[in-house]
Amino acid sequence: MDEMRHVTLTVNGEPVSRPVPVRLSLVDFLRGDLGLTGTHVGCEHGVCGACTVRLDGRIVRGCLMLAVQADGAAVETIEGVSDSGEINGLQDEFRNRNALQCGFCTPGILLTANELIRQGRVLTREDVREHLSGNVCRCTGYQAIVDAVMAAASRGSTP
Amino acid sequence: MSEARDSGAAIGRSVPRPRADRLLAGQGRFTDDISLPRMVHAAFLRSPHPHARIRSIDVAAAAQAPGVVRVVTGAEIAAQCKPYAGLHQLFSGMRVPDQVPMAVDVARWQGEPVAVVVAVSRAQAEDAVELIAVDWEPLASVVDPRAGAAPDAPVIHAALGTNVAYDGTVAHGDIDATLTAAAIIVEGDFTFGRHTGVCLETRSILADYRASDETLTVYESHQCPAQQQDIFARLLGLADNKVRVVCPDVGGAFGIKQQLYGDELAVCILSRLLRRPVKFVADRLESFTSDIHAREHRVKARLAVSADGRLLGLDVDDWFGIGAYSQYPRSSIGEGSHVLRITGAAYDLAAYRARMRMVLQNKNMVGHYRSVGHPIAIAVAETLIDDAARKLGIDPVEIRRRNYIAEAGYPHASHGGFVFEQLSLHACLDKIVALMDLPRLRREQDESRRKGVYLGIGLASFVELTGTGPDYYGKGEVRVSAQDGCMVKLEPSGKIRCFSSVTDQGQGVDTAIGQIVADMVGVPFDDVAVFSGDTEVSPYGGGAWASRGASMGGEAAVRAGRALRENILAVAGCVLQARPDELAIEQGAVVNAGDRRIRMTLAEVARIGYFRQDLLPAGMQPELSVVRHYVPHGRTFVATNGIQGSLVEVDPDTGFIRLLRHFVVHDGGTMINPMLVEEQIRGGVVQGLGAALYEEINYGTDGELTTGTMADYLVPMAFEMPDIDIGHVSVPLSGSELGAKGVGEAGTAGASAAVINAVNDALAPFDAHLTQLPMSPERVLRALRKIA
Repeated sequence: MDEMRHVTLTVNGEPVSRPVPVRLSLVDFLRGDLGLTGTHVGCEHGVCGACTVRLDGRIVRGCLMLAVQADGAAVETIEGVSDSGEINGLQDEFRNRNALQCGFCTPGILLTANELIRQGRVLTREDVREHLSGNVCRCTGYQAIVDAVMAAASRGSTP
Repeated sequence: MSEARDSGAAIGRSVPRPRADRLLAGQGRFTDDISLPRMVHAAFLRSPHPHARIRSIDVAAAAQAPGVVRVVTGAEIAAQCKPYAGLHQLFSGMRVPDQVPMAVDVARWQGEPVAVVVAVSRAQAEDAVELIAVDWEPLASVVDPRAGAAPDAPVIHAALGTNVAYDGTVAHGDIDATLTAAAIIVEGDFTFGRHTGVCLETRSILADYRASDETLTVYESHQCPAQQQDIFARLLGLADNKVRVVCPDVGGAFGIKQQLYGDELAVCILSRLLRRPVKFVADRLESFTSDIHAREHRVKARLAVSADGRLLGLDVDDWFGIGAYSQYPRSSIGEGSHVLRITGAAYDLAAYRARMRMVLQNKNMVGHYRSVGHPIAIAVAETLIDDAARKLGIDPVEIRRRNYIAEAGYPHASHGGFVFEQLSLHACLDKIVALMDLPRLRREQDESRRKGVYLGIGLASFVELTGTGPDYYGKGEVRVSAQDGCMVKLEPSGKIRCFSSVTDQGQGVDTAIGQIVADMVGVPFDDVAVFSGDTEVSPYGGGAWASRGASMGGEAAVRAGRALRENILAVAGCVLQARPDELAIEQGAVVNAGDRRIRMTLAEVARIGYFRQDLLPAGMQPELSVVRHYVPHGRTFVATNGIQGSLVEVDPDTGFIRLLRHFVVHDGGTMINPMLVEEQIRGGVVQGLGAALYEEINYGTDGELTTGTMADYLVPMAFEMPDIDIGHVSVPLSGSELGAKGVGEAGTAGASAAVINAVNDALAPFDAHLTQLPMSPERVLRALRKIA
């Protein structure tokens, strides 16, 4: 039932090599096996975006990928991009504008917003709203999030 | 209060929340992030039928499955605890069934837990659930409340003999005579779809029973830890001083996490049976099937109006479906009770009658979701008022201004039986007209219409009941505490540690508590650390509900902070040989009350109080930790008010509604942290906008849930939501230290009503009109008679 397969990947820059059940989702692997609990599980069917992580530089839904599909990949989670300082500017803007309430969606929103900012374009509020339209925030009503992303983008706070 | 506060640096300032830092770093600690040694996982088999007899359950195959520790049926769980019933004794004649954690013999809603597997991993537990064989005998089900009240309807709980759990009427004046005499009567037949909270963190619990000393520790995603401690101890027969409930970071709650859930109680029982920690985290389908639902109402209402636009009387008839049981401990009556008592509450009505029938159904339970009942009551009254204005050719602003409770009329005895001490309805109306620049919007609307673009403008006034006092649950014999407490302690460094019984699921109430304590003691805000959500160390209190964190928990914090300040000054006075009234505390230091010269730091007070008591006079006992409580006396609720405005565009060809802007003017009294107040309002508004346009829990005709995923049940996303402008009128709450009133639910209370009015305004040229939520494109097209 629990068929296993060995995977080798890097997670937040650290090598990980171990057997995993083939049916294990990437998000359950990160949370359960590696203790990276900053990535959250909200809907388990790809709608809410709480499980967003970065895989080889692109954001993906950790609930729609299996751990075995990440074999050979470089995975980055909220813990990684936070500790590296990559999203410090975005975090500051979120804190100062209270662009988070319960904070459950926040890691996924930060990774998604950071991807938009990294594109280096001039953004409109509609651009931000559209880019975030795959991430549910049930608490804030989004306006403060849009404000925070706009502010972070305009100060070029993230590379 | 001014003399009690040495430095008013923190209250009123938009300080960011200290809790935000860990959440932004991915270091929040939610219940599912906690793992314990020997922990096992529970997965439930839930009834696939809305109503069915359980002939037998065969767990043999499941028990043999890999990783399985134990398989337990509902009957075995029921034998381990006392039954409970969601009864509220203020409502005479209310009849509700007893409950046990899981179905025994009969399942009464699709999703009701029937059996549970405990296994080493959640995946293995779910695998084994599929191996449980139940022999079902499907029964006829009750879906529609009115059908459920019919004499020939199947009775869901034989012991009650009826599905009607409550039938009550509130009356004031002579409504029949008023309706007969009125120049016009506007009528509406309103249908409100079921909602649920969709907390992004699903319900989660980790129960750890230690048999050696009979202690139960429960980590639970919940709003009310003290309530849960009381319930678990009583129902499981445990000593409550050995039951600890910890609510760590909670990923959204909105009322959904303030009740007892049978599956969560079952997890505590399983931990006691197995003598090891058991975790259960609901998946999203389980959330839709079993999280508290809300708002299933069918309301017929008639409003009597004079020829000059005076509202004379209102007649309301509400059918309220609550599912198979009444939620425990609050009961499910709250929504219906609010429809009974606050419909049209902003207006001076000489005649009023409301009848509400609360009916049991073969659906999931209805309970309390943000702004309990208010969106229903407000939508009914505000829609009818706009209908009357349209009929009489009166501006919607003017008809409201003409009919509000008169400014000189406070305190006002409302037609629903409450006393409103002071509302600011007229001031809020004036302010929103300016905030929206209504004359300009009306001109834009006219110009757009000529181009075939249909804009609509809608207003909705609201009165909201917050900060529930002991007269509601207390007198109703419901064990929900209206009291809250606050503990403050001077640490050896001179900084303050604070523990509040109000809990924080993202509202920011712990930040507000910290601001209050900082000012009351006289220290910088950054020197106060606030904790909450752990019955082991918390003072007793109700937790988070009814928008009461600041108005109740804040008052406790005022008292605790002030008492600690006095105790600090007593120690300082001994050391400095000064009378305490000659001293004050400012920015973390004891200063002369007169010239504000620094005499000693709080670190020095703490050093002497904790380590050098030899320097104090004999008999001086330093008390550098204090606890204070607060309960509001003499009020059933704290009434707040406000108004919302919506600007929409409706496409008459597709039925799509675009939300262009939204406006709120609210009176929350004194604002402790304006930024957090505004963000609470915005978040609440967006839940109301979801209610207006997208959100609906659907059941099939036999009671099968058809909205089981977030692709079926649509919550608002960033792209569809408008920016929300907010204005404030701040009338401080009389008789309180802070003057703060509730804000957390105000946004939800009036948002959907404002949108209905805006949509109906946009559709007025087509003589089309909606009275059903959500206003899906299909329903818009039906109102336009473009589809059948």
